[in-house]
Amino acid sequence: METLIGKKLGMSRIFEEDGTAVPVTVIEAGPCSIVAIRTTEKHGYNAYQLGYGHRRESLYNKPDMGQFKAAGVSPIRYLREVRVDELSELKVGDIIKVDLFKQGQKVDVVGTSRGLGFAGVMKRWHFSGGKATHGQSDRMRAPGSIGQASYPARVFRGHKMAGRMGGETKTVIGLRVARVIPEENLILIQGSVPGKANSLVKIKMSTRK
Amino acid sequence: MKRIAQLENQYVRDVARFNPGDTIRVHYRIKEGDKERIQVFQGTVISRRGSGTGKSFTVRKISSGIGVERVFPLYSPNIEKVERLTMGRVRRAKLYYLRKLTGKSARIKTRLGEKADKERTKDKAAPVVEAKAEVAPVVEVKADDKPATDKKAE
Repeated sequence: METLIGKKLGMSRIFEEDGTAVPVTVIEAGPCSIVAIRTTEKHGYNAYQLGYGHRRESLYNKPDMGQFKAAGVSPIRYLREVRVDELSELKVGDIIKVDLFKQGQKVDVVGTSRGLGFAGVMKRWHFSGGKATHGQSDRMRAPGSIGQASYPARVFRGHKMAGRMGGETKTVIGLRVARVIPEENLILIQGSVPGKANSLVKIKMSTRK
Repeated sequence: MKRIAQLENQYVRDVARFNPGDTIRVHYRIKEGDKERIQVFQGTVISRRGSGTGKSFTVRKISSGIGVERVFPLYSPNIEKVERLTMGRVRRAKLYYLRKLTGKSARIKTRLGEKADKERTKDKAAPVVEAKAEVAPVVEVKADDKPATDKKAE
């Protein structure tokens, strides 16, 4: 189980010993407690339910609180399940910390990309837009032709057009762990990760080497 | 943001006090293979920008007739030290207008006011020394402002 849930705090820049400046994303990762374990026998799949963050007890109803009481943990804000092929020796109530990751390792980060609302084709699909001159008007950000004429007399499915952009679950793979600060539960990951500051992210060991 | 500021604090160090318009000498560590040496870049500070660990400053000098600008990250560990040679009296935070000027008009008046003197005694690591003749843009020093000990150049 090599996954942690955390909160993206924002970006910064650190210096390596040789003076190289490294752009990093600062993430508060964990501590995550294991709230429940799903097993093939009982639930049909293997997974750990990870909890991150704190929330007032009064905001939870009794059934929800019962879940936390059973796991022996304080009320948790975020609960996420992490599927695994095989369950390891982790028990309910165990706590996973950021020292799971080591400097220099490659990780994948899953987050929700920034919601950009209804975006035009230039922003959404990198269309080049229309001409600014040669008698053009109101065509600078237009998509241009979206198809042919009486045959096929329709627009093909999946054609790139304006629409809702962002706010999707995105994964960035193969990011380098620039630094781990266990005392503060911080992990600095080289490069950018999806989402705005204070958004929830999932960090896992990279599927790529 | 607070936590990031905290994190960045460990990289923030007191490099040197200088402002746009000042003539400074940057001692920059350069690695060539296994060898390491210190390169000195002397010129006028024309801009300071950025926040946190991303702060940087631009130094401009005229090298054999050609304007050369170099941007240094303020908190880079490669910066060995920064000496302030003169303080300039300027009315802009960014002195990009110097790029268009040459010769006499590209000079900056030095500032040696009461405040400057106070800062000078406080900050002994970077004493205000009058710029040498090779410094370009040439720094104009008023005779009555000139400290008696600094009669090296011109």
